[in-house]
Amino acid sequence: MPGFDFSNYNRNAALHARGVPLPKATSTGTTIVGCIYDGGVVIAADTRATSGPIVADKNCEKLHYIAPNIWCAGAGTAADTEFTTALISSQLELHSLSTGRKPRVVTCMTMLKQHLFRYQGHIGAYLVVAGVDPTGTHLFTVHAHGSTDKLPYVTMGSGSLAAMSVFETQWKPSLTRDEAVKLCADAIESGIWNDLGSGSNVDVAIITPDKTTLRRNYIKPNERTQKLKSYAFDKGTTAVLNEKIISKADLGNFVSVHELTEESGDKMEVDT
Amino acid sequence: MEFGNSGSLREDGIHLDMDRLKKGEVNLGTSIMAVTFKDGVILGADSRTTTGAYIANRVTDKLTQVHDTIWCCRSGSAADTQAVADIVKYQLELFAMRNGKPPTTQTAGAIFQEICYDNKDRLSAGLIIAGWDERHGGQVYSIPLGGSLHKQPYSIGGSGSTYIYGYCDANWREGMEEADAVDFVKGALKEAIKWDGSSGGVIRMVVLTAEGADRHLYLPDTDYKVRHV
Repeated sequence: MPGFDFSNYNRNAALHARGVPLPKATSTGTTIVGCIYDGGVVIAADTRATSGPIVADKNCEKLHYIAPNIWCAGAGTAADTEFTTALISSQLELHSLSTGRKPRVVTCMTMLKQHLFRYQGHIGAYLVVAGVDPTGTHLFTVHAHGSTDKLPYVTMGSGSLAAMSVFETQWKPSLTRDEAVKLCADAIESGIWNDLGSGSNVDVAIITPDKTTLRRNYIKPNERTQKLKSYAFDKGTTAVLNEKIISKADLGNFVSVHELTEESGDKMEVDT
Repeated sequence: MEFGNSGSLREDGIHLDMDRLKKGEVNLGTSIMAVTFKDGVILGADSRTTTGAYIANRVTDKLTQVHDTIWCCRSGSAADTQAVADIVKYQLELFAMRNGKPPTTQTAGAIFQEICYDNKDRLSAGLIIAGWDERHGGQVYSIPLGGSLHKQPYSIGGSGSTYIYGYCDANWREGMEEADAVDFVKGALKEAIKWDGSSGGVIRMVVLTAEGADRHLYLPDTDYKVRHV
């Protein structure tokens, strides 16, 4: 029969109906933020990736490159943020080459929202889009279903409430570069301490008309310290009750042994 | 994708329910309205967007321009209404270039309707289209969930509108002066914001006349009394 094979789909539906849960995707239960200041825009992210209750990566990168002057912070499904940003980055570079103009943040945001809307929220990418282009400084959020917002300061991810509380108490209309970086880093740190889905370090990117500065691990408030004592067991800790030595010749009594010859080629490569 | 089953189209009309939205979707649990007056038309909206119990944006702009003097008020799913408005904006720009003259509000309404009706099973979008054109002056069209198109002297929409049917019915008058119409819209939205938990923030308005589009902004800090911008 020609056409698609839906047997796997039917199997999954049957399994799901019997209460088998779907496999878990690595999600960046995340804190990401962005803030415009006089002369540029700052975005920041924590570095914890989770898979259910497990910390899958203690120092992952959630700040994604789109173009030299446009960067994205991603929350939601890690694979989806990674691939959608990479896809749009590629399309935007080709677009820039074909038009002979620098890529614009609104173009990037529109391409992201149209892509995500087409997939009706099945692509779980929640993004903060920031950048500087010939039309000015821009900061957007893009939700997985394809809705966008334009604001002077934004937060997303599970730690967005903790981060927003920092912005809502400390933000002011005119900020210097250093003030904006401090504000964003504080907002992320608030997520790191108060949100279970966020943790580890703070990554920051500062975008100005001249250049983008990526500050990987700008703050490391969770450094692993040396263990206070060694937990290696001393030799003899486990009592030996008995001992039996089997020679190679007698090995055939217990398992079937096939000797490999030099020419057979099947011989396993062993370190010399 | 899990849907609720309480939103439905019954014989006595359309029953809107928040459960129509997909899980985790950004919602414009809204108060929106548009009113014709002597010289044109006024659109008004609150500024709250929510994801569940969280306010995702407290200063949202739900009044969207689709042509020079044709705007729309958006309610329902933020993603759906933005997508529809973006498509119509493109269609109207193309229309103006092909015909060498701006489209009428009715044309805009018809394009909106086509998209909303054809995709009625996929969209949760409640729209009010308002515009001023040379031929007809100020006009208001509403497109509720099923994709029908209604020409009205004024229209209210969104979750907050249920609280102000009485207010609007009692206070609306045909052919008001601009200042009176602004006060009517502001008074209605103030009540909607007061009673509806899903509405709030600032009051935004757009006044469409022969002079073009004029934006108003009223903040809760000053009890919506002072006009900013």
